[in-house]
Amino acid sequence: MSNIPKDLRYTKEHEYVKPTADKAVVQIGITDYAQGELGDVVYVDLPKPGAAFGHMDVFGTIEAVKAVSELFCPVTGTVVEVNGALESDPALVNKDPYGAGWMIKLRVKDSGEMATLLDSAAYAKHIGE
Amino acid sequence: MVDQTLKRTPLHAIHVALGAKMVPFGGYEMPVAYPAGINAEHRAVREGAGIFDVSHMGEFEVTGPDRNAFVQKVTCNDVGALRPGQAQYSALLTEQGTFVDDCLVYRFEDKLMVVVNASNIDKDWDHIVAQKGGANVRLRNISEEVALLAVQGPKAEALVGSLTAVGVAMIPYYHFTEGKVAGVQCFISRTGYTGEDGFELYCRAGDVETLWHALAGPGRAEPCGLGARDTLRLEAGLPLYGSDIDDTVTPLEAGLNFIVKLDKGATFVGLAALKRQKLEGITRRLVGFTVTETPPRMIARHGYDVFLDGRKADIVRSGTVTPTVNAAIGTTYLPVTQAKPGTKIEIDIRGKRAPAEVVKLPFVPHRTKR
Repeated sequence: MSNIPKDLRYTKEHEYVKPTADKAVVQIGITDYAQGELGDVVYVDLPKPGAAFGHMDVFGTIEAVKAVSELFCPVTGTVVEVNGALESDPALVNKDPYGAGWMIKLRVKDSGEMATLLDSAAYAKHIGE
Repeated sequence: MVDQTLKRTPLHAIHVALGAKMVPFGGYEMPVAYPAGINAEHRAVREGAGIFDVSHMGEFEVTGPDRNAFVQKVTCNDVGALRPGQAQYSALLTEQGTFVDDCLVYRFEDKLMVVVNASNIDKDWDHIVAQKGGANVRLRNISEEVALLAVQGPKAEALVGSLTAVGVAMIPYYHFTEGKVAGVQCFISRTGYTGEDGFELYCRAGDVETLWHALAGPGRAEPCGLGARDTLRLEAGLPLYGSDIDDTVTPLEAGLNFIVKLDKGATFVGLAALKRQKLEGITRRLVGFTVTETPPRMIARHGYDVFLDGRKADIVRSGTVTPTVNAAIGTTYLPVTQAKPGTKIEIDIRGKRAPAEVVKLPFVPHRTKR
Protein backbone atom coordinates (compact mmCIF):
# COMPACT_ATOMS: atom_id res chain seq x y z
CA MET A 1 0.00 0.00 0.00
CA SER A 2 1.34 3.38 -0.89
CA ASN A 3 1.08 6.53 1.19
CA ILE A 4 -1.87 8.77 0.13
CA PRO A 5 -2.13 11.71 2.55
CA LYS A 6 -5.73 12.74 3.22
CA ASP A 7 -5.16 16.50 3.03
CA LEU A 8 -3.81 16.54 -0.54
CA ARG A 9 -5.46 16.57 -3.95
CA TYR A 10 -4.43 14.36 -6.85
CA THR A 11 -4.49 13.95 -10.65
CA LYS A 12 -5.12 10.70 -12.49
CA GLU A 13 -1.58 11.15 -13.85
CA HIS A 14 -0.23 10.78 -10.28
CA GLU A 15 0.72 14.36 -9.43
CA TYR A 16 -0.31 15.74 -6.05
CA VAL A 17 -1.24 19.27 -4.98
CA LYS A 18 -0.36 20.29 -1.44
CA PRO A 19 -1.36 23.55 0.27
CA THR A 20 1.37 25.90 1.52
CA ALA A 21 1.41 28.69 4.09
CA ASP A 22 0.54 31.11 1.26
CA LYS A 23 -3.07 30.33 0.35
CA ALA A 24 -2.54 31.27 -3.30
CA VAL A 25 0.49 28.97 -3.71
CA VAL A 26 0.50 25.17 -3.90
CA GLN A 27 3.29 22.60 -3.86
CA ILE A 28 3.30 20.02 -6.67
CA GLY A 29 5.07 16.69 -6.95
CA ILE A 30 4.38 13.07 -7.78
CA THR A 31 2.72 10.57 -5.48
CA ASP A 32 4.31 7.82 -3.45
CA TYR A 33 2.57 5.32 -5.74
CA ALA A 34 4.10 6.99 -8.82
CA GLN A 35 7.64 7.00 -7.42
CA GLY A 36 7.25 3.31 -6.56
CA GLU A 37 6.10 2.49 -10.07
CA LEU A 38 8.91 4.49 -11.67
CA GLY A 39 11.68 3.10 -9.47
CA ASP A 40 15.01 4.89 -8.96
CA VAL A 41 14.62 8.45 -10.25
CA VAL A 42 17.79 9.69 -11.97
CA TYR A 43 16.76 13.06 -13.32
CA VAL A 44 13.92 15.54 -13.02
CA ASP A 45 13.65 18.19 -15.75
CA LEU A 46 11.82 21.17 -14.25
CA PRO A 47 10.76 24.58 -15.60
CA LYS A 48 12.17 27.92 -14.44
CA PRO A 49 10.37 30.24 -12.00
CA GLY A 50 8.04 32.51 -13.95
CA ALA A 51 6.92 29.82 -16.38
CA ALA A 52 3.14 29.62 -16.77
CA PHE A 53 1.18 26.43 -17.32
CA GLY A 54 -2.44 25.61 -18.07
CA HIS A 55 -4.49 22.82 -16.57
CA MET A 56 -2.74 19.48 -17.38
CA ASP A 57 0.02 21.10 -19.45
CA VAL A 58 3.33 19.24 -19.38
CA PHE A 59 5.60 21.13 -16.97
CA GLY A 60 8.54 18.73 -16.92
CA THR A 61 9.90 15.25 -17.35
CA ILE A 62 10.98 12.64 -14.86
CA GLU A 63 13.53 10.01 -15.81
CA ALA A 64 13.91 6.77 -13.88
CA VAL A 65 16.32 4.00 -14.81
CA LYS A 66 13.61 1.94 -16.47
CA ALA A 67 11.09 4.57 -17.52
CA VAL A 68 10.52 8.18 -18.49
CA SER A 69 7.34 10.07 -17.71
CA GLU A 70 5.94 13.53 -18.35
CA LEU A 71 4.83 15.71 -15.48
CA PHE A 72 1.41 17.34 -15.75
CA CYS A 73 0.43 20.60 -14.11
CA PRO A 74 -2.71 19.89 -12.06
CA VAL A 75 -3.98 23.48 -12.13
CA THR A 76 -3.37 26.66 -14.15
CA GLY A 77 -0.76 28.97 -12.67
CA THR A 78 2.74 30.43 -12.61
CA VAL A 79 5.82 28.75 -11.15
CA VAL A 80 7.17 30.71 -8.19
CA GLU A 81 9.80 28.25 -6.96
CA VAL A 82 11.55 25.09 -8.19
CA ASN A 83 13.10 22.43 -5.96
CA GLY A 84 16.79 22.90 -6.83
CA ALA A 85 17.78 20.04 -4.51
CA LEU A 86 16.51 17.56 -7.10
CA GLU A 87 19.30 18.64 -9.46
CA SER A 88 21.96 16.98 -7.30
CA ASP A 89 19.77 14.42 -5.53
CA PRO A 90 16.87 13.27 -7.73
CA ALA A 91 16.43 10.24 -5.45
CA LEU A 92 14.66 12.61 -3.00
CA VAL A 93 11.57 11.94 -5.13
CA ASN A 94 11.80 8.28 -4.11
CA LYS A 95 12.71 8.91 -0.47
CA ASP A 96 10.23 11.65 0.38
CA PRO A 97 7.81 12.45 -2.48
CA TYR A 98 5.49 14.66 -0.39
CA GLY A 99 8.33 16.44 1.46
CA ALA A 100 11.91 16.97 0.30
CA GLY A 101 11.09 15.43 -3.10
CA TRP A 102 8.63 18.18 -4.11
CA MET A 103 9.01 19.63 -7.61
CA ILE A 104 7.48 23.07 -8.09
CA LYS A 105 5.52 25.70 -6.19
CA LEU A 106 2.79 27.30 -8.27
CA ARG A 107 0.75 30.49 -7.85
CA VAL A 108 -2.74 29.28 -8.71
CA LYS A 109 -4.70 31.41 -11.19
CA ASP A 110 -8.15 30.01 -10.56
CA SER A 111 -8.74 28.30 -7.22
CA GLY A 112 -11.98 26.92 -8.67
CA GLU A 113 -9.90 24.45 -10.68
CA MET A 114 -8.97 22.67 -7.47
CA ALA A 115 -12.44 21.11 -7.51
CA THR A 116 -11.50 19.15 -10.66
CA LEU A 117 -8.84 17.19 -8.72
CA LEU A 118 -9.27 13.84 -6.99
CA ASP A 119 -9.44 13.59 -3.20
CA SER A 120 -7.42 10.88 -1.44
CA ALA A 121 -10.26 8.33 -1.52
CA ALA A 122 -10.86 8.84 -5.24
CA TYR A 123 -7.13 8.64 -5.96
CA ALA A 124 -6.79 5.44 -3.91
CA LYS A 125 -9.63 3.97 -5.94
CA HIS A 126 -7.98 5.14 -9.18
CA ILE A 127 -4.78 3.23 -8.40
CA GLY A 128 -6.69 0.21 -7.15
CA GLU A 129 -5.89 0.49 -3.44
CA MET B 1 -1.59 -5.33 -14.66
CA VAL B 2 0.36 -8.54 -15.01
CA ASP B 3 -1.00 -10.90 -17.62
CA GLN B 4 -2.54 -14.13 -16.35
CA THR B 5 -0.91 -16.18 -19.10
CA LEU B 6 2.63 -15.29 -18.04
CA LYS B 7 4.75 -18.11 -16.67
CA ARG B 8 6.25 -17.91 -13.20
CA THR B 9 9.55 -19.11 -11.83
CA PRO B 10 9.47 -21.38 -8.75
CA LEU B 11 10.49 -18.35 -6.64
CA HIS B 12 7.57 -16.14 -7.69
CA ALA B 13 5.94 -16.08 -4.23
CA ILE B 14 9.27 -15.16 -2.61
CA HIS B 15 9.78 -12.20 -4.95
CA VAL B 16 6.27 -10.95 -4.25
CA ALA B 17 6.77 -11.37 -0.48
CA LEU B 18 10.00 -9.35 -0.72
CA GLY B 19 8.01 -6.53 -2.32
CA ALA B 20 9.53 -6.84 -5.78
CA LYS B 21 7.96 -4.96 -8.66
CA MET B 22 6.98 -7.71 -11.09
CA VAL B 23 6.96 -7.15 -14.86
CA PRO B 24 6.45 -9.30 -17.94
CA PHE B 25 9.74 -10.38 -19.50
CA GLY B 26 10.31 -13.10 -22.08
CA GLY B 27 6.94 -14.65 -21.34
CA TYR B 28 7.60 -14.73 -17.59
CA GLU B 29 6.48 -12.57 -14.72
CA MET B 30 9.84 -11.44 -13.33
CA PRO B 31 11.14 -9.11 -10.60
CA VAL B 32 12.49 -5.91 -12.20
CA ALA B 33 13.55 -4.44 -8.84
CA TYR B 34 13.13 -5.08 -5.13
CA PRO B 35 12.36 -2.24 -2.70
CA ALA B 36 16.11 -1.45 -2.38
CA GLY B 37 15.94 -0.18 -5.98
CA ILE B 38 18.00 -0.70 -9.12
CA ASN B 39 20.87 1.56 -8.06
CA ALA B 40 21.35 -0.12 -4.67
CA GLU B 41 21.12 -3.56 -6.28
CA HIS B 42 23.62 -2.54 -8.94
CA ARG B 43 26.07 -1.32 -6.30
CA ALA B 44 25.65 -4.51 -4.25
CA VAL B 45 26.94 -6.52 -7.21
CA ARG B 46 29.87 -4.15 -7.92
CA GLU B 47 30.86 -3.93 -4.24
CA GLY B 48 29.63 -7.12 -2.53
CA ALA B 49 27.30 -9.79 -3.79
CA GLY B 50 23.92 -9.90 -5.49
CA ILE B 51 21.63 -12.80 -6.33
CA PHE B 52 19.38 -13.00 -9.39
CA ASP B 53 16.61 -15.49 -10.06
CA VAL B 54 17.15 -16.17 -13.75
CA SER B 55 15.15 -19.39 -13.85
CA HIS B 56 13.31 -18.02 -16.87
CA MET B 57 16.36 -18.83 -19.02
CA GLY B 58 15.91 -21.84 -21.30
CA GLU B 59 17.97 -25.01 -21.19
CA PHE B 60 18.21 -27.70 -23.87
CA GLU B 61 19.94 -31.01 -23.17
CA VAL B 62 21.66 -32.83 -26.04
CA THR B 63 22.60 -36.50 -25.57
CA GLY B 64 23.47 -39.35 -27.91
CA PRO B 65 26.56 -40.39 -29.89
CA ASP B 66 26.40 -37.46 -32.36
CA ARG B 67 25.87 -34.79 -29.68
CA ASN B 68 29.14 -32.91 -30.17
CA ALA B 69 28.88 -32.88 -33.95
CA PHE B 70 25.27 -31.74 -33.71
CA VAL B 71 25.98 -28.79 -31.41
CA GLN B 72 29.01 -27.98 -33.59
CA LYS B 73 26.57 -27.66 -36.51
CA VAL B 74 23.96 -25.48 -34.75
CA THR B 75 26.36 -23.09 -32.98
CA CYS B 76 29.14 -20.89 -34.38
CA ASN B 77 31.77 -21.29 -31.65
CA ASP B 78 33.97 -24.41 -31.56
CA VAL B 79 32.52 -27.18 -29.40
CA GLY B 80 35.63 -29.22 -30.27
CA ALA B 81 37.69 -26.83 -28.14
CA LEU B 82 35.61 -27.64 -25.05
CA ARG B 83 36.68 -30.26 -22.54
CA PRO B 84 34.10 -31.76 -20.20
CA GLY B 85 33.61 -29.24 -17.39
CA GLN B 86 33.99 -26.24 -19.67
CA ALA B 87 31.45 -23.76 -20.97
CA GLN B 88 31.58 -21.32 -23.86
CA TYR B 89 29.66 -18.31 -25.10
CA SER B 90 28.24 -18.97 -28.55
CA ALA B 91 25.28 -18.33 -30.82
CA LEU B 92 22.62 -19.98 -32.93
CA LEU B 93 22.61 -18.34 -36.35
CA THR B 94 20.38 -18.11 -39.39
CA GLU B 95 21.66 -19.11 -42.85
CA GLN B 96 22.30 -15.36 -43.32
CA GLY B 97 24.70 -15.44 -40.37
CA THR B 98 22.42 -13.30 -38.19
CA PHE B 99 21.42 -14.20 -34.64
CA VAL B 100 18.64 -16.61 -33.87
CA ASP B 101 19.90 -16.19 -30.31
CA ASP B 102 23.08 -16.04 -28.28
CA CYS B 103 23.70 -18.92 -25.90
CA LEU B 104 26.01 -20.73 -23.51
CA VAL B 105 27.18 -24.25 -24.34
CA TYR B 106 28.16 -26.54 -21.45
CA ARG B 107 30.05 -29.74 -22.18
CA PHE B 108 29.57 -32.65 -19.78
CA GLU B 109 31.13 -36.14 -20.08
CA ASP B 110 27.91 -37.57 -21.48
CA LYS B 111 25.88 -34.60 -22.71
CA LEU B 112 25.82 -30.96 -23.72
CA MET B 113 23.56 -28.26 -22.34
CA VAL B 114 22.65 -25.19 -24.39
CA VAL B 115 21.33 -22.22 -22.38
CA VAL B 116 19.20 -19.70 -24.28
CA ASN B 117 17.17 -16.54 -23.67
CA ALA B 118 13.70 -16.99 -22.19
CA SER B 119 12.02 -14.94 -24.91
CA ASN B 120 13.51 -17.21 -27.58
CA ILE B 121 12.97 -20.67 -26.08
CA ASP B 122 10.27 -21.76 -28.54
CA LYS B 123 11.99 -20.22 -31.57
CA ASP B 124 15.38 -21.69 -30.63
CA TRP B 125 13.88 -25.11 -29.96
CA ASP B 126 12.20 -25.17 -33.39
CA HIS B 127 15.45 -23.97 -34.96
CA ILE B 128 17.61 -26.73 -33.52
CA VAL B 129 15.01 -29.46 -34.00
CA ALA B 130 14.85 -28.47 -37.67
CA GLN B 131 18.62 -29.12 -37.94
CA LYS B 132 18.42 -32.61 -36.44
CA GLY B 133 18.04 -34.54 -39.71
CA GLY B 134 19.55 -38.00 -39.34
CA ALA B 135 21.84 -37.11 -36.40
CA ASN B 136 21.82 -39.70 -33.65
CA VAL B 137 20.98 -37.31 -30.81
CA ARG B 138 18.24 -36.90 -28.28
CA LEU B 139 17.07 -33.34 -27.66
CA ARG B 140 15.22 -32.39 -24.51
CA ASN B 141 13.85 -28.98 -23.64
CA ILE B 142 14.48 -29.03 -19.88
CA SER B 143 13.70 -25.32 -19.32
CA GLU B 144 10.80 -26.01 -16.97
CA GLU B 145 12.72 -28.56 -14.88
CA VAL B 146 15.80 -26.42 -14.37
CA ALA B 147 16.07 -23.38 -12.12
CA LEU B 148 18.98 -20.94 -12.25
CA LEU B 149 20.37 -18.51 -9.69
CA ALA B 150 23.22 -16.13 -10.51
CA VAL B 151 25.36 -15.06 -7.54
CA GLN B 152 27.56 -12.20 -8.69
CA GLY B 153 30.05 -9.79 -7.18
CA PRO B 154 33.44 -9.70 -5.45
CA LYS B 155 32.01 -11.51 -2.40
CA ALA B 156 30.27 -14.25 -4.42
CA GLU B 157 33.14 -16.71 -4.13
CA ALA B 158 33.30 -16.49 -0.33
CA LEU B 159 29.51 -16.77 -0.04
CA VAL B 160 29.08 -19.78 -2.31
CA GLY B 161 32.25 -21.33 -0.87
CA SER B 162 30.82 -21.14 2.66
CA LEU B 163 27.87 -23.32 1.63
CA THR B 164 29.66 -26.14 -0.16
CA ALA B 165 32.44 -28.70 0.22
CA VAL B 166 33.35 -28.07 -3.43
CA GLY B 167 36.53 -25.99 -3.79
CA VAL B 168 34.79 -23.24 -5.73
CA ALA B 169 37.87 -21.01 -5.66
CA MET B 170 39.53 -23.59 -7.92
CA ILE B 171 36.85 -23.37 -10.63
CA PRO B 172 38.31 -21.23 -13.45
CA TYR B 173 36.26 -18.72 -15.42
CA TYR B 174 33.91 -20.44 -17.88
CA HIS B 175 34.35 -23.79 -16.15
CA PHE B 176 31.84 -25.69 -14.05
CA THR B 177 31.59 -28.60 -11.71
CA GLU B 178 28.79 -30.63 -10.18
CA GLY B 179 28.26 -30.57 -6.43
CA LYS B 180 26.03 -29.62 -3.55
CA VAL B 181 25.50 -26.04 -2.42
CA ALA B 182 23.47 -25.75 0.81
CA GLY B 183 22.58 -29.43 0.34
CA VAL B 184 21.17 -28.80 -3.14
CA GLN B 185 22.67 -30.64 -6.10
CA CYS B 186 23.87 -28.04 -8.65
CA PHE B 187 25.98 -27.37 -11.70
CA ILE B 188 28.27 -24.71 -10.27
CA SER B 189 29.35 -22.57 -13.22
CA ARG B 190 31.85 -19.70 -12.98
CA THR B 191 29.99 -17.50 -15.42
CA GLY B 192 27.74 -14.48 -15.30
CA TYR B 193 26.26 -11.47 -17.02
CA THR B 194 27.56 -8.60 -14.89
CA GLY B 195 31.29 -8.28 -15.60
CA GLU B 196 31.97 -9.29 -11.99
CA ASP B 197 33.29 -12.58 -10.66
CA GLY B 198 30.55 -14.98 -9.64
CA PHE B 199 28.66 -18.15 -10.24
CA GLU B 200 25.58 -19.40 -11.98
CA LEU B 201 23.97 -22.28 -10.09
CA TYR B 202 21.71 -24.61 -12.05
CA CYS B 203 19.50 -26.88 -9.96
CA ARG B 204 16.20 -28.74 -10.06
CA ALA B 205 13.20 -26.41 -9.98
CA GLY B 206 11.96 -28.04 -6.78
CA ASP B 207 15.23 -27.31 -4.95
CA VAL B 208 15.74 -23.67 -5.85
CA GLU B 209 13.82 -22.26 -2.90
CA THR B 210 16.27 -23.93 -0.47
CA LEU B 211 19.18 -22.57 -2.47
CA TRP B 212 17.72 -19.05 -2.57
CA HIS B 213 17.16 -18.93 1.21
CA ALA B 214 20.74 -20.08 1.85
CA LEU B 215 22.23 -17.39 -0.40
CA ALA B 216 19.91 -14.37 -0.22
CA GLY B 217 19.52 -11.92 2.61
CA PRO B 218 21.32 -9.48 4.91
CA GLY B 219 25.04 -10.25 5.18
CA ARG B 220 24.77 -12.59 2.21
CA ALA B 221 23.63 -11.67 -1.32
CA GLU B 222 21.30 -8.77 -2.09
CA PRO B 223 18.26 -9.84 -4.15
CA CYS B 224 18.61 -8.15 -7.54
CA GLY B 225 16.06 -7.80 -10.32
CA LEU B 226 16.22 -7.60 -14.08
CA GLY B 227 16.67 -3.81 -13.91
CA ALA B 228 20.07 -4.12 -12.22
CA ARG B 229 20.92 -7.10 -14.42
CA ASP B 230 20.45 -4.80 -17.43
CA THR B 231 22.49 -1.86 -16.10
CA LEU B 232 25.28 -4.23 -15.00
CA ARG B 233 25.47 -6.12 -18.28
CA LEU B 234 25.41 -2.92 -20.33
CA GLU B 235 28.25 -1.39 -18.30
CA ALA B 236 30.16 -4.61 -18.90
CA GLY B 237 29.46 -4.30 -22.65
CA LEU B 238 27.64 -7.64 -22.77
CA PRO B 239 25.04 -7.84 -25.54
CA LEU B 240 21.33 -8.44 -25.01
CA TYR B 241 19.26 -10.24 -27.60
CA GLY B 242 16.47 -7.97 -28.81
CA SER B 243 18.55 -4.84 -28.18
CA ASP B 244 22.19 -5.11 -29.26
CA ILE B 245 21.77 -8.26 -31.31
CA ASP B 246 18.89 -9.80 -33.24
CA ASP B 247 18.16 -11.58 -36.51
CA THR B 248 19.25 -8.55 -38.56
CA VAL B 249 22.86 -8.41 -37.32
CA THR B 250 25.76 -10.85 -37.39
CA PRO B 251 28.30 -11.64 -34.64
CA LEU B 252 31.01 -9.93 -36.73
CA GLU B 253 29.02 -6.69 -36.78
CA ALA B 254 28.33 -7.05 -33.05
CA GLY B 255 32.05 -7.30 -32.28
CA LEU B 256 31.71 -10.93 -31.22
CA ASN B 257 34.37 -12.29 -33.59
CA PHE B 258 35.70 -14.47 -30.75
CA ILE B 259 32.61 -16.69 -30.92
CA VAL B 260 32.81 -17.16 -34.70
CA LYS B 261 35.13 -20.06 -35.58
CA LEU B 262 35.13 -20.15 -39.37
CA ASP B 263 37.96 -22.68 -39.38
CA LYS B 264 36.68 -25.05 -36.73
CA GLY B 265 36.71 -27.95 -39.18
CA ALA B 266 32.96 -28.36 -39.29
CA THR B 267 30.24 -26.64 -41.20
CA PHE B 268 27.62 -24.72 -39.24
CA VAL B 269 24.46 -22.82 -39.97
CA GLY B 270 25.48 -19.33 -41.14
CA LEU B 271 29.09 -20.30 -42.01
CA ALA B 272 28.90 -19.43 -45.72
CA ALA B 273 27.35 -16.03 -45.06
CA LEU B 274 29.91 -15.16 -42.38
CA LYS B 275 32.83 -16.28 -44.57
CA ARG B 276 31.55 -13.97 -47.25
CA GLN B 277 31.07 -11.11 -44.81
CA LYS B 278 34.56 -11.57 -43.40
CA LEU B 279 36.02 -11.53 -46.92
CA GLU B 280 34.08 -8.45 -48.01
CA GLY B 281 34.47 -6.75 -44.65
CA ILE B 282 31.72 -5.51 -42.39
CA THR B 283 30.17 -2.13 -43.12
CA ARG B 284 28.85 -1.35 -39.63
CA ARG B 285 29.70 -2.32 -36.10
CA LEU B 286 28.29 -2.09 -32.62
CA VAL B 287 29.80 0.73 -30.55
CA GLY B 288 29.31 2.11 -27.08
CA PHE B 289 28.49 5.76 -26.52
CA THR B 290 28.24 8.16 -23.62
CA VAL B 291 25.93 11.16 -23.67
CA THR B 292 28.45 13.95 -23.09
CA GLU B 293 26.30 15.98 -20.76
CA THR B 294 27.29 15.65 -17.10
CA PRO B 295 25.59 15.10 -14.82
CA PRO B 296 23.26 13.13 -17.08
CA ARG B 297 20.02 15.01 -17.63
CA MET B 298 18.47 12.65 -20.15
CA ILE B 299 18.64 8.97 -20.88
CA ALA B 300 19.13 7.78 -24.45
CA ARG B 301 16.67 4.91 -24.48
CA HIS B 302 16.22 1.93 -26.78
CA GLY B 303 14.69 2.98 -30.11
CA TYR B 304 15.70 6.66 -30.06
CA ASP B 305 17.22 7.87 -33.36
CA VAL B 306 21.00 8.24 -33.63
CA PHE B 307 22.48 10.86 -35.97
CA LEU B 308 25.96 10.98 -37.50
CA ASP B 309 26.97 14.07 -39.49
CA GLY B 310 23.35 15.22 -39.31
CA ARG B 311 21.99 12.06 -40.92
CA LYS B 312 20.17 9.23 -39.19
CA ALA B 313 22.65 6.39 -38.72
CA ASP B 314 20.79 3.94 -36.50
CA ILE B 315 18.73 3.75 -33.35
CA VAL B 316 19.85 3.38 -29.75
CA ARG B 317 20.11 -0.37 -29.24
CA SER B 318 20.66 -0.41 -25.48
CA GLY B 319 20.48 2.71 -23.37
CA THR B 320 20.40 3.47 -19.68
CA VAL B 321 22.05 5.45 -16.93
CA THR B 322 24.15 3.66 -14.37
CA PRO B 323 25.45 4.49 -10.92
CA THR B 324 29.02 3.26 -11.60
CA VAL B 325 29.57 5.38 -14.70
CA ASN B 326 27.19 8.16 -13.60
CA ALA B 327 26.36 8.92 -17.19
CA ALA B 328 23.78 8.07 -19.78
CA ILE B 329 25.35 5.24 -21.78
CA GLY B 330 24.24 3.08 -24.64
CA THR B 331 25.07 1.16 -27.79
CA THR B 332 24.34 1.70 -31.48
CA TYR B 333 25.59 0.57 -34.89
CA LEU B 334 27.82 2.96 -36.87
CA PRO B 335 29.61 2.70 -40.24
CA VAL B 336 33.00 1.02 -39.57
CA THR B 337 34.81 4.02 -41.03
CA GLN B 338 33.24 6.29 -38.41
CA ALA B 339 33.12 4.04 -35.37
CA LYS B 340 36.31 5.10 -33.59
CA PRO B 341 36.24 6.23 -29.97
CA GLY B 342 35.84 9.99 -29.88
CA THR B 343 33.45 10.09 -32.87
CA LYS B 344 30.70 12.61 -32.19
CA ILE B 345 27.10 11.57 -32.65
CA GLU B 346 23.73 13.02 -31.67
CA ILE B 347 20.74 11.28 -30.15
CA ASP B 348 17.19 12.49 -30.55
CA ILE B 349 15.85 12.35 -27.03
CA ARG B 350 12.17 13.18 -27.39
CA GLY B 351 12.83 16.02 -29.82
CA LYS B 352 16.08 17.31 -28.28
CA ARG B 353 19.40 16.50 -29.94
CA ALA B 354 21.72 15.33 -27.20
CA PRO B 355 25.45 15.25 -28.01
CA ALA B 356 27.15 11.90 -27.45
CA GLU B 357 30.55 10.39 -28.12
CA VAL B 358 31.70 6.92 -29.11
CA VAL B 359 33.65 5.23 -26.32
CA LYS B 360 35.48 1.93 -26.03
CA LEU B 361 33.50 -1.01 -24.69
CA PRO B 362 33.13 -2.13 -21.97
CA PHE B 363 32.14 0.97 -19.99
CA VAL B 364 33.36 -0.71 -16.80
CA PRO B 365 36.31 -3.14 -16.91
CA HIS B 366 35.52 -6.79 -16.21
CA ARG B 367 36.72 -8.22 -12.91
CA THR B 368 36.04 -11.87 -13.70
CA LYS B 369 38.55 -14.55 -12.62
CA ARG B 370 40.76 -15.65 -15.49
